[in-house]
Amino acid sequence: MSSAALPEPPLAVLAELTHRCPLQCPYCSNPLELEKVGEEMDTADWRRAIRQAAQIGCLQIHFSGGEPTVRQDLEVLVAEATQAGLYTNLITSGVSCDRARLDRLAAAGLEHVQISFQDSTAEIGDRIGGAAGAHAKKLVFARHVRDAGLALTANFVVHRQNLHHLDAMLELAVELGAGRVEIANVQYYGWALKNRAALMPTREQLAQMVETIETARIRLKGLLAIDFVTPDYYAKRPKACMGGWGRRFLNISPSGNVLPCHAAETITSLAFDNVRERSLQDIWQNSDAFRAFRGTDWMPEPCRTCDRKEVDWGGCRCQAFALTGDARQTDPACALSDSHDMLVSVADGEAHARDVRFLYRNYKNGARRQVRPAAVPQPG
Amino acid sequence: MTARPVLASDSAPRLAPHTRLRHDAMRGVWTVQAPERTFMLDDTAHAVLAHCDGATTLNGIVDRLCDAFPGAPRATIAADVAAMLQDLADKGVILA
Repeated sequence: MSSAALPEPPLAVLAELTHRCPLQCPYCSNPLELEKVGEEMDTADWRRAIRQAAQIGCLQIHFSGGEPTVRQDLEVLVAEATQAGLYTNLITSGVSCDRARLDRLAAAGLEHVQISFQDSTAEIGDRIGGAAGAHAKKLVFARHVRDAGLALTANFVVHRQNLHHLDAMLELAVELGAGRVEIANVQYYGWALKNRAALMPTREQLAQMVETIETARIRLKGLLAIDFVTPDYYAKRPKACMGGWGRRFLNISPSGNVLPCHAAETITSLAFDNVRERSLQDIWQNSDAFRAFRGTDWMPEPCRTCDRKEVDWGGCRCQAFALTGDARQTDPACALSDSHDMLVSVADGEAHARDVRFLYRNYKNGARRQVRPAAVPQPG
Repeated sequence: MTARPVLASDSAPRLAPHTRLRHDAMRGVWTVQAPERTFMLDDTAHAVLAHCDGATTLNGIVDRLCDAFPGAPRATIAADVAAMLQDLADKGVILA
């Protein structure tokens, strides 16, 4: 793509309404420096941003957070999105929304609810979420979603401490009446990078996981759509992160920062524009952060001459920055990266770490830490 | 657990709940909007899905497409439509 050409319009917007959340999952995709309630955009700001997202081509909106239902104006925002012609998804922990509120959201036009589960059991789920009683509330809420006639997705983030329950997770999704399940391996940026040694799966778990998913896809064909996010530390080629930087998606943070992906603020060498100050169209087309890694012109070798450069778009910029200190580098998940061997040795080593305590995701743990690239241990 | 939905010639397929057939004016294409998924439709796919109203049978849909595309053999249209709709049923986009 020529750098002067206008980009294709975005397909979807992730609206992170707040960073407040009743859970404290140690792999949360929110930044370490969580935005506080006083920094959140107000209802009028969000309504304007939602209208602009539809005007520039978005077809879907994902209301997320933090926990989006802690915003008392969620019904108003869902209605605004519906009126603008957007297909509406709610991404929720499912612990703080009752049936009456869900009915109001459905009346406002909500189509689909994705509930995050931390495990198939309360014992492990509540420990990982850092919230006693959360799992039981999720089960109740999932039934409310089905009773209200809405589409349901069950999301399970998987890692070393819960992968032995993968079969039970799939069964739970079917039992709850979910049409879709996401089995998502942890992506190691921000909070998850801090907790990597506690979460990294073993190679044995990886092999078992792939076999379980392949078998389930055959057994549950037509009954349950299974979206599987592979663990890229053990991959040969990187994922096409976000379908390419600034190609398909945009993310709006609680305070209105517009990001190419939810983790982009971990790249501290970039500055992001705010939708309170610039229009979404201007930011999508012209902002430095979106132009930085859009297309293929920015790529160094080995990406520049790779025949997969428009397949994986160079992989994940956040991962490149987190592990090499340079967001322009090839994603270390790629076997062609100079840092790939280090990545593999980190994964193999940390997958066998013992007695590692979680750094739980909350304001206290985040506030005293700076966002900076994590050092990759040198081999030998 | 219920079984995989399998289309038969007398099935009357319809879009699954909370799956929307929508025209995207900016891009000039028909789309299907489903939970966290967007399908961009070509003219053929749109012609098929536009008839998935829960009343018209698979046979009936093939009849209408034969009228709309008189050059194509019926057997070819029937096979293509059945394969496409079964694939969409397996993805949860339509109900058989």
